[in-house]
Amino acid sequence: MRKLSRNKQASVEPNLITQDSCASSLDGQNCQVTSAALAKEPVDEGEKEFSRRRFLSMFGAAAGAAAVIGSGIELLSYRAYAQGLPKTNNWSGDGGMTGSGAADMASTEAPPTHQWAMVIDLGMCNGCQSCPAACQKAHYLTPDQTWMKVFTLTDNDGQTYSLPRPCMQCENPPCLHVCPVHATFRQDQGVVLVNQDRCIGCRMCMAACPYEARYFNWNSNVSYPPLPVASTPEFPVPQKLGTVGKCTFCVGNLNHGLLSECAAGCPMGAIYNGDLKTDVAVNSLGSTVKLSKFLYDNNAVTYKPEQNTHPRVWYILGHGQDLAANAASAS
Amino acid sequence: MKETNINETALLTGTDQRNSAKERWSVEVRSAAVRPMSGRTSMRWRLAVGVLSLIVLAGIGAWIYQLKHGLGSAGYNDQAFWAVYIVDVIAFIGVSYGGAVISAILRLTGQSWRAPLTRLAEGTALVTVVIGALFIFPHLGRPERFWEILVYVNTSSPLFWDFVAIGTYVMATMIFFYLPLIPDLAIVNRILGQEDKPMRYRIFKALSLRWMGNERQRRLLHGVMSLVALIIVPLAVSVHSVLSWAFATTSRPGWSETVLPPYFVIAALYSGTALVIVVASAFRKGYNLQRFITKRHIVRLGYFMAALGLVYAYLTLADMMTDGYTGITTGWISQTVTGRYAIAFWFYVLVGEVLPLVVVAVKRFRNIPGLTIASLGVVIALWVKRIVIVLPPVTQPLIGNQWGSYHFTWVSLTITLAGVAAIPLGLMLLFRVVPVMSIDEMEEMGELGSAEQVSEHTLVASELLSVGAPNGNGHSNGHGNGNGHGNGNGHGNGNGHGNGNGHGNAARVSEGEVQ
Ligand code: SF4
Ligand code: SF4
Repeated sequence: MRKLSRNKQASVEPNLITQDSCASSLDGQNCQVTSAALAKEPVDEGEKEFSRRRFLSMFGAAAGAAAVIGSGIELLSYRAYAQGLPKTNNWSGDGGMTGSGAADMASTEAPPTHQWAMVIDLGMCNGCQSCPAACQKAHYLTPDQTWMKVFTLTDNDGQTYSLPRPCMQCENPPCLHVCPVHATFRQDQGVVLVNQDRCIGCRMCMAACPYEARYFNWNSNVSYPPLPVASTPEFPVPQKLGTVGKCTFCVGNLNHGLLSECAAGCPMGAIYNGDLKTDVAVNSLGSTVKLSKFLYDNNAVTYKPEQNTHPRVWYILGHGQDLAANAASAS
Repeated sequence: MKETNINETALLTGTDQRNSAKERWSVEVRSAAVRPMSGRTSMRWRLAVGVLSLIVLAGIGAWIYQLKHGLGSAGYNDQAFWAVYIVDVIAFIGVSYGGAVISAILRLTGQSWRAPLTRLAEGTALVTVVIGALFIFPHLGRPERFWEILVYVNTSSPLFWDFVAIGTYVMATMIFFYLPLIPDLAIVNRILGQEDKPMRYRIFKALSLRWMGNERQRRLLHGVMSLVALIIVPLAVSVHSVLSWAFATTSRPGWSETVLPPYFVIAALYSGTALVIVVASAFRKGYNLQRFITKRHIVRLGYFMAALGLVYAYLTLADMMTDGYTGITTGWISQTVTGRYAIAFWFYVLVGEVLPLVVVAVKRFRNIPGLTIASLGVVIALWVKRIVIVLPPVTQPLIGNQWGSYHFTWVSLTITLAGVAAIPLGLMLLFRVVPVMSIDEMEEMGELGSAEQVSEHTLVASELLSVGAPNGNGHSNGHGNGNGHGNGNGHGNGNGHGNGNGHGNAARVSEGEVQ
């Protein structure tokens, strides 16, 4: 992972667009021969195509020596990701709904107008723990159930920094693949949800998730106030005993034009809710950025790219921070 | 004390009356195998069944408590999301494998010394696989939705294949138990007649499929048995591989290991062989089978077990070596060897590897009590080893360095103990319903036995019968001193019985209503 020491303010500010011919591959400006060729690939069958493209782009980029600066991992950052994206910036659910629960929804809903994503600027985060608090309050979670959890990690200089970790809403979610009853599904806006009326509580998904993003309902002694609406996968409150729960991206909030609870609760504006389709991201301080450019300029990375999960959550690294190093030091 | 209403004429029904040595052998086999099934049960038997049933009931009670209060009451938490119940599933289905494979291998290789062991081994396989499969229910947060696995099928989930594999294996174990039982069902009906338990008579009659023991039926049964024995070995390998893939297909260090499938298979075989030894020597004592199951049987099984133990130790090393040496994902290894799981791990090393090897190696310990204790140790240590396989990768942090922890609670311990108690309970109830040894195979083996062995058996038989009579066993003692062993027909492979245990035990055998 390349370490960046970059002026955060400049990158948050959407007006300060640097003149880079490769600035936004989402717009179809291909800076490499390989990505032009790759963009011709069909866009359905999301996950498979993606991994293939990813692989091919790594391969092609390695061959075309011009663009290669870093290691293989470098190429899995957003820059490489963007190069692999379809030319038309067409996110028409191509990441796709998966699972039979998703099929039910597909029949009743119009084609998605959003593909939700998140950007977390680690340089901005001061570890104040506001985001888990806001999340837990909104979802009536127990103190253990940190759907949004702030980990304290060590950077390359031996300093600690904070890593807020929501569910990564993986485009290739291991939790979904292993669920024996399709209780975990991916809705058409790319958000991975759990149907707690179907979950059998086998916890296979907890074993499969590389980000420890899933939390079980272990105990019956959780009390909820009277709530006006029934529990749904989008807003699983009250949660059901013996089933699994996790971050929902507050997809209900997003669809009503609100920020997710964690983003809204962050006093530093470190968490951006984004939409890959309209290519916009917003944080609690009101900064609105062009998402693809924001990610590209800041060389945003995903966490544990080697897991091939293709997260929809990107991180912007602060000085000396290295998520790859932390993935290894964890064990 | 138990009344036995077996009389000798009944015991001999259907045997070849021309051969007196064989005849006596049959009498012995039949009386030993059928005695536990007929008449009233002994006080000790009822006491044992009562106590074991209470433990099982307590386990069911604990499970109901857990259903109400959630899996948290069993000690689970988000950093220990799989723990004791999945260990129980693996361990119980594992020991079942041993029973099935031992029996299958002995059948396929035509080992005639297997005869007194096969029913016990197959019964153990049957009982433990059912218990192991049932442990899936306390493992699930929502057991009442279990059926969904069949309805909302997700073939990309390892758990779906676990379900298929376990389901198939349970069926296969039942068939494997049932097939060699067919001749015995007919024999039992002939011996005990209709009056004893009319219901059983009718069921056995239906299940024995009009078994007459003629040449055609024998050939057919033999063919089917070989086929099933042939199938059950790869089937069991696949079950434990598929079970292991539920772990190995995740990306967790310590689970995501290529060695895991054979690791699971060998662990299953190893602990299963150990349990067969424990069961064999327990029933040998409790059901007075001393003369059929001898030191020789136990020692042979002990050798088999020791060999498996070495393979397992090797796989354990192979598993830890690569990760440990490269140091990429060593967290789980250091925690296992020196950290929070060290006690469990070294318990496995000592009790699960060193102890059995010492017992098998040293002649002084290589006897039935020694091997039984060592085998019991192996069964327990391999359960503990499964804890060590499951927990470190579960509790290790994937982000940061905060380890999780699992603590046993009374709920998880009670439910696990209930599973343990269900093994002897299940076997005792099972052998109240079906013969504890395969009468048919034993008789066949008797025919194959060398003249010397048969003679010894015969001698013992007469002792048994004469001493037995005053004890109210109802064996009319009409036999002479069985010197007419005209059966030395040269088939003898020397594998049979009669290594000196017989004589010494004869008196004890005849006291024998203790079950
Ligand atoms: S982060 Fe974990 S829970 Fe979320 S989608 Fe990915 S695998 Fe599933
Ligand atoms: S715990 Fe629920 S959501 Fe997770 S894999 Fe099992 S059934 Fe699916």
